[in-house]
Amino acid sequence: MAKLLVYTEVSQGKLVSIGLEILSRAAQLGEAEAILLGSAPDDAVQTLGNYGAKTVYRCADPIFDQHLAAPAVKVIEDLISQQKPDAVLFGTTYAGRDIASALSARLDSGALTDVGELEIEDGSFVATIPALGASYQNTATITNAGTKLMLVRPKAFEARAVGGSARVEDVPAPSGADLQRVLVTNSVVEKAEGPQLEEANVVVSGGRGLKSAEHFQMVRDLAELMGGAVGATRAIVDAGWVPYSLQVGQTGKSVKPSIYIALGISGAIQHLAGMKGSNTIIAVNTDPDAPIFKNADFGVVGDVFKVVPQLIEEIKKRKGSA
Amino acid sequence: MSHELDPAAASAVEEALRLVEAHGGEVTVVTMGMPNAVDEIRKALAMGAERGVLISDPALAGSDTLGTAKALAAAIKKGQYDMVICATESTDTYSGLVPGQLAELLGVAALTFAKKVKVEGSKAVVRRQTDFGYQVVEAELPVLITVSSGINEPRYPSLKGIMGAKRKEIATYSAADVGLSPDQVGESGAREKVLTVGKPPTRAQGTVVTDEGDGGVKIADFLASLKVL
Repeated sequence: MAKLLVYTEVSQGKLVSIGLEILSRAAQLGEAEAILLGSAPDDAVQTLGNYGAKTVYRCADPIFDQHLAAPAVKVIEDLISQQKPDAVLFGTTYAGRDIASALSARLDSGALTDVGELEIEDGSFVATIPALGASYQNTATITNAGTKLMLVRPKAFEARAVGGSARVEDVPAPSGADLQRVLVTNSVVEKAEGPQLEEANVVVSGGRGLKSAEHFQMVRDLAELMGGAVGATRAIVDAGWVPYSLQVGQTGKSVKPSIYIALGISGAIQHLAGMKGSNTIIAVNTDPDAPIFKNADFGVVGDVFKVVPQLIEEIKKRKGSA
Repeated sequence: MSHELDPAAASAVEEALRLVEAHGGEVTVVTMGMPNAVDEIRKALAMGAERGVLISDPALAGSDTLGTAKALAAAIKKGQYDMVICATESTDTYSGLVPGQLAELLGVAALTFAKKVKVEGSKAVVRRQTDFGYQVVEAELPVLITVSSGINEPRYPSLKGIMGAKRKEIATYSAADVGLSPDQVGESGAREKVLTVGKPPTRAQGTVVTDEGDGGVKIADFLASLKVL
């Protein structure tokens, strides 16, 4: 049976959901084991067991919180040489990419990113990778011998509680000056209002078509009215209208809400990559040729400054009469 | 056909130029690609970089991310540097692995996903994007930093810059020039293999209407049909 190690990241005192998603898939493909480094919630091991981990390699040393990547790279390198897993899986996250890319160079091993589906066929991993956002997809494999490194897209797999329990294997803290070269001196939370973007049932996003930062209020108003979260394109986070934490897309967050409403968004492939898995997509844009309409279930070619206020009024009216 | 500098690469060049303007030094642009990638290097030289290095060799075609990182590392090691600045990811592949691989091969610390870069004495201090906001991270030089296109507004080359760029030196290296053997790079050295190329399942074409003064009402009707209103 294939043995798969999953790097299960902790951020802001919580297990990151992508770790549980990958663990669920790993448990279907073979024996799943989790790597849990740094500070973590008290019930983390229990949760990882519940999502399919048979073993949790655990080291709670503060070195992982104080320094970027290098300590985790060292621990995972050692785990690979001792445990010889068939694969180590990471989320396509900031930390996941830092760690996996360093490991790839150190082990002289290939690495696949942005994995959307994963199968084992005749003993080798076959990963489906939606290349260039949305326009085509490849299947690919890693050909070097030994442990394969793969980074999985957020929301590629469903996190499934299976009710198992994991045994803990304590891993010694790594040491050495070269592991402490990158020092984290501060962490700043830019708080998003309303429900979490990744968890929300409804997401309302704005793009450059809103023309200026103050018009983003329209996006917030509609989201609030629908009990949804707000999102944004890379163009407007780059322009500084809203914080990076709201960015939906290949370099931002991947969302799969029931309803995604795109306001003034043309639908660049890198944005589509982060939201095209949404159940229902609604778009408003002045340009009838905007790619967003090819992906929309319902689209209105028109001026967001006319259509959206009317929509907001209409929802208020219907809610009032209900 | 004109070869525009990739927007993220332009931001990396701009950030390097700003640091050099504030602290002294010079900027060298290094890339791997087809021979016509010199056009892109010229753009960076016109912006103000001092010299260019192009690694170009048919043997490099089909390199995977690690092969690319090895070629870049080999070329960079021929010179001296305090800082390597990379685009977080190129817009053509989006793999985002090359910078991390490159830092490891160079043996320097990587400060990734930078939203702001400062040099304080012998240290680089970076504001690094995270899921929840940002972190402030620092490391002693030399370091590798990755920047995304939002970090700055790349300057347009001046006419003087464009003229000056024509006289600046661009070194072209083959794989052998930087000491790489064929089994390390190119298709034969690749550790990843594409098995099939296909189209993803497409969505059924939805309804698109033109606003005739009732666009908002129509969306409300559509939402009502989904039973969310």
